[in-house]
Amino acid sequence: MFNYESYLRLDKFPLIWCSGCGDGIVLKSMIRAIDKLGLSKDDVCMVSGIGCSSRLTGYVDFNTLHTTHGRALTFATGIKMAKPRLHVIVVTGDGDATAIGGNHYIHAARRNIDITVILFNNFIYGMTGGQVSPCTPKGKRASTAPYGNFENAFNISGLAQAAGASFVARATVYNAVQLEKLIQRAIERKGFSLVEVLSPCPTAYGRRNREGTPVDMILQQKETTVSVAAAEKMSAEELEGKIITGVLTDVERPECREEYQKLIDSFRKEG
Amino acid sequence: MAEEKKIKVLTGNEACAEGALAAGMRFYAGYPITPSSEVAEVLAEELPRLGGVFIQMEDEIASMGAIIGASLAGTKAMTATSGPGFSLMQENIGFAAMAEVPCVVVNVMRGGPSTGLPTLPAQADVMQARWGTHGDHAIIVLAPFSVAETFDLTVRAFNLSEQYRTPVILLLDEIIGHVNERVTIVDPGSLEIFNRIVPSDPPDQYKPYRHTESGVPPMIAYGEGYRFHVTGLAHDETGFPTNSAAEIGRMLERHHRKVEQARDHIVQVDPFMMEDAEIGIVAYGSTARSARHAVRLARETGKRVGLLRLKTLWPFADEEIRSYIGQVKSWIVPEMNLGQMAHEVEWALAGSAPVTRLNKVNGDPISPPEIYQIIPG
Ligand SMILES: Cc1ncc(C[n+]2csc(CCOP(=O)(O)OP(=O)(O)O)c2C)c(N)n1
Ligand code: SF4
Repeated sequence: MFNYESYLRLDKFPLIWCSGCGDGIVLKSMIRAIDKLGLSKDDVCMVSGIGCSSRLTGYVDFNTLHTTHGRALTFATGIKMAKPRLHVIVVTGDGDATAIGGNHYIHAARRNIDITVILFNNFIYGMTGGQVSPCTPKGKRASTAPYGNFENAFNISGLAQAAGASFVARATVYNAVQLEKLIQRAIERKGFSLVEVLSPCPTAYGRRNREGTPVDMILQQKETTVSVAAAEKMSAEELEGKIITGVLTDVERPECREEYQKLIDSFRKEG
Repeated sequence: MAEEKKIKVLTGNEACAEGALAAGMRFYAGYPITPSSEVAEVLAEELPRLGGVFIQMEDEIASMGAIIGASLAGTKAMTATSGPGFSLMQENIGFAAMAEVPCVVVNVMRGGPSTGLPTLPAQADVMQARWGTHGDHAIIVLAPFSVAETFDLTVRAFNLSEQYRTPVILLLDEIIGHVNERVTIVDPGSLEIFNRIVPSDPPDQYKPYRHTESGVPPMIAYGEGYRFHVTGLAHDETGFPTNSAAEIGRMLERHHRKVEQARDHIVQVDPFMMEDAEIGIVAYGSTARSARHAVRLARETGKRVGLLRLKTLWPFADEEIRSYIGQVKSWIVPEMNLGQMAHEVEWALAGSAPVTRLNKVNGDPISPPEIYQIIPG
């Protein structure tokens, strides 16, 4: 049995998360990934925005920072640029990262700064009670989309890919083993790394959209997702309504802080 | 050999950048905006040479977030902006106040509201500097009136932010930012520099928001073996969110107390010909230059007038102004806004002497004759 306790601030329990929320599975996968990598807790800095998912930073025994809504990546950028030896991991929700924080999100990816982002996509604003998010699928209901969402949803991973991230992967809480491995690879990869995790919110999304029990919602992930390898063999029609999981991008690209260090070093050489 | 002194001709914006470097600032994040951009331009050139970090962010919200992150990582950090950008920074200035993160925010004031007058001076962000972010919070705001003083007050801004664990706002205006003046650059080694007090407790006993007598908790950087939590939510001494009314009240009270009980150290005024003055002028920033001139003109005609120049805008110099009750029979407050500080002066005097306002918001500076004309007698 894996021992999570040494990574948790158990005195801060119980968690604020509802029973049946997917976020706990992501939390445990993150801890296992960090443990496998053998990172010292003192060298991990975890930064979050505002939302249910962003409350995670209060529960883990690292250097932790719970910032303002949508701004986690800006604080994280300051930390990474000022103290590059820290492993900076950002925890954010779909609304946090792509609505109010959308600008910071694409710019952090463009800079390809060495930050790992774990983006909890539950298709909804959980914390504030189920308002529509830029990631709510078209037609789905939210408290502020009572007749169904009439807008298009963002492809979060696609955004990071297009903006220049080194590593982009999509995962589910259904496949927690894969999730853990993808988080591990994301942390290892230098540059901006994103793991978009589909994490069900039974309370604010599932109930309103008649998605069944929390277990139903997790099992449903198995039906709606296909792996990158399987997707390659499928036609566009077959892929309709499917979500592709696995590694979407994994490339070596110049990293922001290292490029800046070259500049600093060039002056040092000049003497 | 005598202490080496260099004379340079600088603008206020350049002196601000130099002062920040002299104070030990090694992290700048910002977004370009007139009339502040020269601060960034100087630092983009200088910081990498000194092993420091310069980064141009995607907006001012991000700039403010980045400097807070850098400060939490242990680096003295700052940003510079003007009106519209200052508005965007308010959200995270509140975070810095709540989480007690030292940092310096420079606002080179231009005419507003909105895009307003990008290239013309104003002093209309004085109240925004005090109350711009939501919620009751403590803040320190300084306003230099010359290029040389911009250097000094920038150093002081860093010292105060480190000493009291609070954001400090430096208000320049377009005139101070762009005017060229001679500055004596002293050897940085001779400057008094205050660095944040680090905890003496071992990591397992460290409380990032300990209730100390001074009201200022010792502060350690991320990644130094102390694993602690920082949040913008109301928190207790340990830094974790709390719903306890007692804890929340205690924390917010301490935020104010740490600045209030140090107000005699923080508040600085510069009295000019005030010894026998019966008419007092309260002014700050570039308007204080005109006021000085007006005082000289009026003194030539025998009027007993003086200038009480504010170097610290917040906390407000109410005690210093009150110390003239009885001596000064009337006051004049010229400012490039619609009376933001005049209101404070009236409040401090509580009706004990009349206050005449001289206000201008059309982008034109207030000239010495304009002040001279309304000096009574
Ligand atoms: C500036 C600002 N606007 C609005 C809010 C209110 N708010 C808190 S959390 C949240 C949405 C969070 O949704 P998401 O990022 O998807 O995270 P989740 O709660 O679903 O994990 C909003 C709108 C806020 N805290 N700050
Ligand atoms: S509201 Fe949704 S996202 Fe928030 S804790 Fe509950 S289940 Fe999780």
